[in-house]
Amino acid sequence: MTPLAMPPVAIGPLAPVLIVLGAAGLVLLLDLLPRPVGRELIATVALAGLVGALLATLARWGKPGRAFQDMLVLDDFALFANVVICYAAALVVMLSIDYLGRNGPETGEYYALVLFSTGGMMLLAAAGDLIVLFLALELMSLSLYVLAGLFKRELAASEASMKYFILGAFATSFLLYGIALIYGATGTTNLDRIAAAAAGRAHDPLLVIGLGLLLVGFGFKISSVPFHMWAPDVYQGAPTSVTALIATGSKAAALAALIRVLVTALRGSQPDWAVLLWVVAAITMTVGNVVAIAQSNLKRLLAYSSIAHVGYMLIGVVAGGSAGPGAVLFYLLTYAFTTAGAFGVLTLCERAQAEAVEVGDYAGLARRHPVLAAALGLFLLSLVGIPPLAGFVGKFYLFAAAVRAGYLWLAVIGVVNSALAAYYYLRVVVFMYMREPEGAGARLVPSFAGGLALAIALIGIVLLGVIPAPFADLAQAAVAPLLR
Amino acid sequence: MSTVWLIPALPLAGALLNIFFGKLIGRRAHWVAVPAVACAFLASCVAFARVWHGGSFTSSLFTWIVAGDFEASVIAYVDPLTGVMLLVVTGVGALIHLYSAGYMHDDAGYARYFAYLNLFVFSMVMLVLAGDFLVLYVFWEAVGLCSYLLIGFWYTRPAAAQAGKKAFIVNRVGDFGFGLGIMWLWTAVGALDYPTVFKSVATLAPPTATGIALLLFMGACGKSAQLPLHTWLPDAMEGPTPVSALIHAATMVTAGVYMVARSHALFERSGTALEVVAWVGVATAVFAATIGLVQTDIKRVLAYSTVSQLGYMFAAVGVGAYAAGIFHLVTHAFFKALLFLGAGSVIHGTGGEQDLRRMGGLSSRMVTTTITTTVGGLGLAGVPGLAGFFSKDEILAAVYHANRAMWALLLLGAFCTAFYTGRMLFLAFYSGPRMSKEAAHHVHESPPVMTLPLWILALLTVVTGVALGAPSDAGTRFARFLAGVFPIHEAPHGGSVAFMLMVLSVVVVAAGITLAWFMYMSTPVRPEAIGRPRTLVHAFLLNAWYVDRLYDAAIVRPLLALSGYLARAFDLGLIDGIVNGLGRAVVGWAAALRRVQTGYVVNYALTMLAGVVLFLAFLLSR
Repeated sequence: MTPLAMPPVAIGPLAPVLIVLGAAGLVLLLDLLPRPVGRELIATVALAGLVGALLATLARWGKPGRAFQDMLVLDDFALFANVVICYAAALVVMLSIDYLGRNGPETGEYYALVLFSTGGMMLLAAAGDLIVLFLALELMSLSLYVLAGLFKRELAASEASMKYFILGAFATSFLLYGIALIYGATGTTNLDRIAAAAAGRAHDPLLVIGLGLLLVGFGFKISSVPFHMWAPDVYQGAPTSVTALIATGSKAAALAALIRVLVTALRGSQPDWAVLLWVVAAITMTVGNVVAIAQSNLKRLLAYSSIAHVGYMLIGVVAGGSAGPGAVLFYLLTYAFTTAGAFGVLTLCERAQAEAVEVGDYAGLARRHPVLAAALGLFLLSLVGIPPLAGFVGKFYLFAAAVRAGYLWLAVIGVVNSALAAYYYLRVVVFMYMREPEGAGARLVPSFAGGLALAIALIGIVLLGVIPAPFADLAQAAVAPLLR
Repeated sequence: MSTVWLIPALPLAGALLNIFFGKLIGRRAHWVAVPAVACAFLASCVAFARVWHGGSFTSSLFTWIVAGDFEASVIAYVDPLTGVMLLVVTGVGALIHLYSAGYMHDDAGYARYFAYLNLFVFSMVMLVLAGDFLVLYVFWEAVGLCSYLLIGFWYTRPAAAQAGKKAFIVNRVGDFGFGLGIMWLWTAVGALDYPTVFKSVATLAPPTATGIALLLFMGACGKSAQLPLHTWLPDAMEGPTPVSALIHAATMVTAGVYMVARSHALFERSGTALEVVAWVGVATAVFAATIGLVQTDIKRVLAYSTVSQLGYMFAAVGVGAYAAGIFHLVTHAFFKALLFLGAGSVIHGTGGEQDLRRMGGLSSRMVTTTITTTVGGLGLAGVPGLAGFFSKDEILAAVYHANRAMWALLLLGAFCTAFYTGRMLFLAFYSGPRMSKEAAHHVHESPPVMTLPLWILALLTVVTGVALGAPSDAGTRFARFLAGVFPIHEAPHGGSVAFMLMVLSVVVVAAGITLAWFMYMSTPVRPEAIGRPRTLVHAFLLNAWYVDRLYDAAIVRPLLALSGYLARAFDLGLIDGIVNGLGRAVVGWAAALRRVQTGYVVNYALTMLAGVVLFLAFLLSR
């Protein structure tokens, strides 16, 4: 019996994740101290961990690394996704300081869970092996299930958490079946070796079913139709800051992993999955936008809006080539800034008025809080896709990639959907600016961290909208390692 | 590394600073705005030095989106013409910014004012730097927006708000044509950047070229206040006086002249278009000058004078004397800015008085203002030796060789110009004081921050003509400098004809000023007699040829009636019916889909399962 060779432990490529997980451990320790420490300190530690991870990620740009026998692939693609994830998580932490102040004392575990889940997302984006992919997905999801139900006394939160958990487990089982079948067909779980083994066997039933089940699992995580139904209920019930994390970070990680799996391991089956995803993209954006029109709860509205945006992003996946995935990465960046910002305004307003989540609660916001209203207005306009904000440029690259890949009709459906979406976003703006406020709203002053978070998000959407070229180039460059 | 990008970037940064941090900056707004434009002037000098010996270069200012072959970017195109315009815009702009620090000192919207003014300089600089028609169009609209914001700066005054609206709407009429012209150009040529367009205009059919050129000229008519779209400029005097000086005299209103000169290759392709340009210019020059004869508001005299002088510029470019037209643009920018700033100084010193009938006798109280404004006035009238003399003479000579009728009309305009300028100067400064005792007591000279720009502009009015505009056999120095842009097209100089023309225009100017002397200086002025229509002609002129009333009766009222009818009958019934029907259909659909979302986990799981089946069935069937 040969002794089990210990693979070399490569700390370098793991550094960003380790920093996040280390910060999570530190947060837990601080929470255990006999004398309670201030929640600002805990939040600061969490934030420092995320900023550290962000810096470590940026420092590794252009220096791809692999670890644990290709189980982790920290190439530029993963790094780009990490930037989006770390940014989104950092924003959520900053906004949480205000939000938790009102809502509950469970700060220690809250920040630790946010960090664990972030670590899972980062691993997910860097997974080079289906097993690691599964583990990362679970690390991310389990933390999110708990976070969603963090406010145990609120019925809606518990319900959301329960639904999320049950349906999530259901979807994950499909994913796991898919992984097993693909392993059965190819004899490996490594993405590169799957690609090699699957070459020329695109119609192997095992492989095809495996592909289908993988798409189901991912479809749940990114909430594409018909696996989207959990999203509105969970978005509405979960604490708003957690909703922001689910909508941005987890979606970015899952999309990044989906692209990596499809483009590297299953590139041989592209004709199959491209057609399937074409239909899914078209239905997802249409259902998301149409149902959003009927919503009056702002969190629910944003849930459907995020479903629609997944539909747009799937356009880029369908388009393929280098332009498509690059456009998706860039879109994820713009989307993270915009959505995190929009949810940020929501958390601030919620803090002030107990439950300000109905569109009607925002009537006359411009009168009472002109800066907050203007910020939310800009975020919503970016979601509509009005130039020169980030949302427009993101959509532009997606649709341009689709048109150049020959998917003219998909682009047309996307443009029609964008027009449709304007209705419900602008309705909120109309309420903020053209309706009289009902009753005297409480005065709300965001804390320094909250204000800073919003300012960063605002600067982000303007910057990405006005000078998108350098960032789009980075996104394109990040996709290159996948296509080799 | 090119520094061209600094020219627009500095004023833009100044504008943004004052917009976002105006409350914080408050009374110190000029510390942001004035250096921004002054440094932009220095950067313009650097760019100018690069084209000093002719030639041109491009510089990419900003790349927005690149996707495959598609690239949306802003390219600056700099040649001697651009250089001249940049110097005028940022130079005169910097002086007027400085002046504004004194003039607007007590205004509540101090930071807002400088933010708008910086924004205007940014837009105007971009308009001049634009390397293609699309960017030109964007900033053409942007300067219009700034003009609107600044005319209506004191928006609480109904007259100012009204004037801002009028300027905007009248300009829309011209810009509509301008936009159409650009679109037509794009379909005809397939490109919008200057080098490609001007290279390929030779292949255009003359009727096409005529159509495009005339549509573009429509935009120029709006922006440069030419007949029949001139009505907004006199009303624009409701804005602060430095704004009138910068935007409505020195820079923005000359954008039309610049555009026609820039596109001269296109206009030359069509003889008809050039002829139209020339005739509109001549007609406007005379028309506006006659109205200027009888105005009583000092700023309105200058406004009609501006319209008239712009007409001279169009007449020049219309007969192909582009360099002469641009030279008049430059000298006019100096002396008209000077006149407006002088008028502003008068208004400032007399506590807001704008009516010539209640002025008089200011020469002893406001020495600097009197001297500098007189220099500006004589420059405008065309007194030999000053800038206006050389530039106007150049235009008259060129027109004389092109068309005698036009020349005669312009000579008549020159007479009117000399008369109304003399009248204005005599009434304001030299005749006996006519204001109340108390008002006279408060008259004071303006602070140095305002008089310094006056001195500099007066100096420029004196030297520019001699230095750059002195005629010679090889054309003026200014024309030789622009020879790379425009082929030298100058009237033959020297000889008895040229000499006679010059003498004639001097005689005409002298006659105009002398007549003004007899009417307003040699006899005591009776203020109650001025501005009262005594004859039909007088009433006609006082009402600006009744153009506004004509527009009101022939266009505004019928249009309002028609749109009222359409709004009731057509819009509510048909259009809204369709739109609301579509909207209701979608909302109905949305409500139906929403019901699928039952909230039961079992239903959700079943939906997912159905999705799984569909996915697998689809994939396996392929």
